[in-house]
Amino acid sequence: MTAPAPVSAAPAAAADLRGGRRYTDRAFRAAMLAAAGIVLLVLVGTAVFLVTSAWPALRHYGFLTFLGSDRWAPSDATAGSTHPNPYGIVQFMYGTGLTSLIGMVIALPVAVAVALFITEVAPAWLRRPLSSTVDLLAAIPSVVYGFWGIFALIPALHPVVNFLTSTLGKVPGIGLAFAGPFFGVSYFTAGVVLAIMVLPIMTAICREVFATTPADEKEAALALGSTRWEMLRMAVLPRSRSGITGAAILGLGRALGETIAVTMVIGNSVLAITTSIFGQGATMASVIANEFTEATEPFHLQSLFVVGLWLLIIALVVNVAGKLVVRRTRADIA
Amino acid sequence: MRARFSAVAAGVLGVALAAAGCGSTGNVSSNSGSGSGTSSGAKNVSFGSANKQLCSASVNTAPKYANPIGTIAGGAKTLSGAGSTFASPLYSTWASAYSKATTVTVAYGSIGSGGGVAAVQASTVNFGDSDVGMAPAEIAAAKGGPVLQIPVLLGAVVAAYNLPGIPAGLKFTGNVLGEIYAGKITSWDDPALKKLNPGVSLPSLPIAVAHRSDGSGTTGIWTDYLTKESPAWVSKLGGPSKSSGKTIAWPVGIGGKGNEGVSAVVSETKGAIGYLESDYAIAQHLTYGQVENKAGKFIEPCIATIVPAVNGVTFPSNLNISLTDGSDPGVYPIAGTSYALVYQHQASKAIAAGLVNFFAWVLTAGQDLNASVYYAPLGAGLQKLAYAQLKKITVGGKPVA
Amino acid sequence: MTAPLTPRAPQAPRLDGGDAGLTRRHARDRAMTVLLATVMAITLAVLAWVLVYVAAQGLKYLGPAFFTQTPPGNPAQVGGGYANGIIGSLIIVGIATVISVPVGIAAAIAIIEYPGRLGAATSFVTDVLVGVPSIVTGAFVYALWVTRFGYSGLAGSIALAIIMLPLVIRGTAEMLRLVPVALREASSALGVTRARTIVSVVLPAARAGITTGVMLAVARAMGETAPLLLTTLGNSLFIQANPTQRMSTLSLQIFGDAITGFQSAQARAWAGALTLILIVLILYIAARLTGRRLTLTRS
Repeated sequence: MTAPAPVSAAPAAAADLRGGRRYTDRAFRAAMLAAAGIVLLVLVGTAVFLVTSAWPALRHYGFLTFLGSDRWAPSDATAGSTHPNPYGIVQFMYGTGLTSLIGMVIALPVAVAVALFITEVAPAWLRRPLSSTVDLLAAIPSVVYGFWGIFALIPALHPVVNFLTSTLGKVPGIGLAFAGPFFGVSYFTAGVVLAIMVLPIMTAICREVFATTPADEKEAALALGSTRWEMLRMAVLPRSRSGITGAAILGLGRALGETIAVTMVIGNSVLAITTSIFGQGATMASVIANEFTEATEPFHLQSLFVVGLWLLIIALVVNVAGKLVVRRTRADIA
Repeated sequence: MRARFSAVAAGVLGVALAAAGCGSTGNVSSNSGSGSGTSSGAKNVSFGSANKQLCSASVNTAPKYANPIGTIAGGAKTLSGAGSTFASPLYSTWASAYSKATTVTVAYGSIGSGGGVAAVQASTVNFGDSDVGMAPAEIAAAKGGPVLQIPVLLGAVVAAYNLPGIPAGLKFTGNVLGEIYAGKITSWDDPALKKLNPGVSLPSLPIAVAHRSDGSGTTGIWTDYLTKESPAWVSKLGGPSKSSGKTIAWPVGIGGKGNEGVSAVVSETKGAIGYLESDYAIAQHLTYGQVENKAGKFIEPCIATIVPAVNGVTFPSNLNISLTDGSDPGVYPIAGTSYALVYQHQASKAIAAGLVNFFAWVLTAGQDLNASVYYAPLGAGLQKLAYAQLKKITVGGKPVA
Repeated sequence: MTAPLTPRAPQAPRLDGGDAGLTRRHARDRAMTVLLATVMAITLAVLAWVLVYVAAQGLKYLGPAFFTQTPPGNPAQVGGGYANGIIGSLIIVGIATVISVPVGIAAAIAIIEYPGRLGAATSFVTDVLVGVPSIVTGAFVYALWVTRFGYSGLAGSIALAIIMLPLVIRGTAEMLRLVPVALREASSALGVTRARTIVSVVLPAARAGITTGVMLAVARAMGETAPLLLTTLGNSLFIQANPTQRMSTLSLQIFGDAITGFQSAQARAWAGALTLILIVLILYIAARLTGRRLTLTRS
């Protein structure tokens, strides 16, 4: 949100108020500000409770050891030993990063294309219906995406992935990242589902960025005889670069936090990083969802809070960065 | 130009929508399995005549144990429990029959043995259930004091697989299963599997190993057996303390939540193998195999081969003992029980009475229902020991029963 | 004498590439238009694929039994429904709405009507809260509430209220900002107190927009599953209307049944997924329509 526009303070009313009415006014104001305080408390409380719940594990194993290992083996944990840390979380960061990256890489060009179509190519009467329809993709709940992913998407992906593993998978070097076998659930499948889920927000931001391109620049390009595509390439896209970047970052931020759809299609293999994108893995969010309610090993639950803490930090950093980038582009254009 | 463009766009849209619609109605969820025609007769043909004899032998599945405790007045009208997915189909059956008989509702959450132990430790449920007994450290961490562990059923963990065209009854040994789960055997046409199953044309399909992603007593029973029979499994995991238990650092495979989740992975993934409680495999028409027992015989899991698992077993006072790898020649080696977890010293008289009433019923009239969901009833000896545990439940120092 | 006719200019290369170049450029333009249209069509096709697939699977099982019965004790059994989940969802989301809407509207009023450092901080924090993953919110409510009071529907409502809060605040604040300053000034010129102005003049003017924001927040809450896994744990067999006990929701039941291998459980889950999508889409479309009516009357 931009800074709120100042509302006139109505000084005349204050002078007229007599005792009781001034008291109600002040009480009302206090109540409203208290509600604002609650909002602040919620964010602060989330951070505080996560840290205090994670603290026993952080103190026992040391803050950095969680980031130093990619082996998550709760069965190795004993109440006494502090080294090595059986709760390495690097593979969850890898899983979160990889699936979100795949999602963003697939969704970004599509979002740009769809936004261009809606704002520049489609006739004016189609713009609203089309953008509302694309926004519907955001309304579908995560659990439905996961369910559809298992039974509709995975069978459709099999031929595509089999083709990729038989071609890219055989190339020396990068072939490791594309190696089979493909069992349906994988980082890649989760990435595809995430792409569909973050598409609406990226499209909405791109739409706004394209729609606020100054009309004179577009008209100037057209007046010089350029075709529509050349106009887009010369007048719209170059100015929109940072806006598109902002959309990408915000899409990434949205993808980081997705839990249920990812859990259902990623395969839930938590031991270590799997090199192939077609192998099974886990993300920070999915391991919390899967192991939280039965974390009975020593420091297991606290380590899951460590994962949650890192997820919160990363998600906040990415989202704030994305907002700043998008806000800056809007300021440029204005 | 504009109008023509709009027409083209609409046309492309229409075709795309039609294609999506047509494609999706064809994509019915395809489960594997031999279809609903898998009668036990057809299965036994693949398991061999020795197993056919064993499994069709008559077993007393309705022991009709006596219930001297009777019904204690003042029991709670609702009880909440949570835990093992291994036992969950039977708890559902019991809860449903019990509520018809007494109007008491028992809500059982199938969250895994690990979750059941955690819930009992935190006292967020009235009773828990775990297929692996609680270790002394786990009982020490329980808020309410000592925990009684009451066996309530006998069941089997089967090795289910998804190989189109291959019938049920594939032969496995403990070591081969251990090597599959350690990631040493990665393809179905591996020579070790071919040697065990000479008459079967195994496809060269990669093996998709399915295991539990949650803390599981079924895993405890399965890995306990693998630890006893597969040195490859033990060495891959780094020692017997790490290769057996409710939570395992699985070297390979796809994780599923609960027995339900593992059965989903097996039925949805071609080339999958997974360990499941028998009811889950049977209810979904999944093919499962026969496993070599200590006496060297390949045994099919069925009620008649589960019952001998308690033969020759001396139960300790807390009844906490493994039942895998039995010595009986006709026993299925991967058998186990499930322990209801109840605090010995209850705080509320209503809950205590309710629990005693429910479990007295489970251990007597309830045992007659076990076979309907492919579990075996407790043998007379074990049932007596389990029933005696109920008498230990106290409220305010006084026993309830 | 007339000036000589301008000699014909030498054939300089045309800036637009000449006639052949023009055709090439037009062809490229057309190709890009077709490409953009195709990508648009594929996107719509994916949406249609999801909706049609869920509808096709769900309709196979959807029926009156689904809404009135609870699941059978044994998940392999055919039949039963999600009555407990539907009731649970209504209660849990209802309580979450009751918690988040007053706090959200009040906080938005604080941001817009009483600008200052607190308001600016709240505005920033609201934007930040939108980006908090819902599973993290669930973990927070677990540490805050469940460790003290156990799993319950109420804990789930608190988690959902936290998730809904920034959406309600954002929707309300945008509407409040649109209310003309003149309206507020006229009201105070008549001697009405600030509080009364906000309650009786500004809020009713923004009513349609606030409703839109609330409906979108409710739609979001109905679809949430992850935070409920950690706070209310589900109650898969029985209808439970007491929020201090563990309750089920539609989303939890769909998740629980979808990951099993039982075809009968999956059939129920598809019907549940269809129901959930319908509820969420109806809320979404209704929110859009009220929002649209608002802008139309304003212009």
